[in-house]
Amino acid sequence: MADTKIVVDCSTGEVSEIELTAEEVAQREADAQAFAEAKEAEEANKAAKVAEKAALLDKLGITEDEAKLLLG
Amino acid sequence: MATTFTKIASVSVGLLGASSIDFTSIPSTYTDLVVKMSMRTTTAGFRDLRLSLNGSTASFTNVYLEANGSTAYSNTGAIRYLGTMPGTNVTASTFTNSELYFPNYASSNFKSYSLDATGENNATTNYQDLLAGLWSSTAAITSIQLTPEPTNTLAQYSTATLYGINKS
Repeated sequence: MADTKIVVDCSTGEVSEIELTAEEVAQREADAQAFAEAKEAEEANKAAKVAEKAALLDKLGITEDEAKLLLG
Repeated sequence: MATTFTKIASVSVGLLGASSIDFTSIPSTYTDLVVKMSMRTTTAGFRDLRLSLNGSTASFTNVYLEANGSTAYSNTGAIRYLGTMPGTNVTASTFTNSELYFPNYASSNFKSYSLDATGENNATTNYQDLLAGLWSSTAAITSIQLTPEPTNTLAQYSTATLYGINKS
């Protein structure tokens, strides 16, 4: 894992590689947990929608391609 | 239709990788901003790229359409998503190809943005995204930070170029 960030100052064009501070590294570790939880919730929502779609197609007795034909 | 398209800055990640790319002190002299990105991560699998504006990670929401090679779906989120980057076990030397657009970035309204992104994995699984995002802040955008999901690293040769557009 890189501990440097690349910072471009757009007013001067200067590009710097700056080492993360201990605070930034700690924040990144803390963010990882929050990110994992949020990502998991988003993925669950996504999976639920895909499952709902499949269940509806099943209920209608048509395939996804047939549904596309109907809606096209 | 853009009448000018001016390169403000461009950066390419070096051998050791980077935890983020930050464009700072962005001038307010343009109408819109565009970031063109070509990204890869050093972690296995497909990993998220994320956005921060003016150092803020709060008040972001988005809705996106995504396809992964087998399924297409829509979703909403608040994790500052900017598409999916290929990692180490994805076809070598392939990167995302994406564009991030900020209209009226210096206005005092909330800031909307749009993204289109795709990878170039030479296999069934590959992600494509169309995303509309909102940063609920009235501040003019003066800095843009692009980060991989936490504890991941942007791989060597990842690039990002910031352009300013006038009178689009």
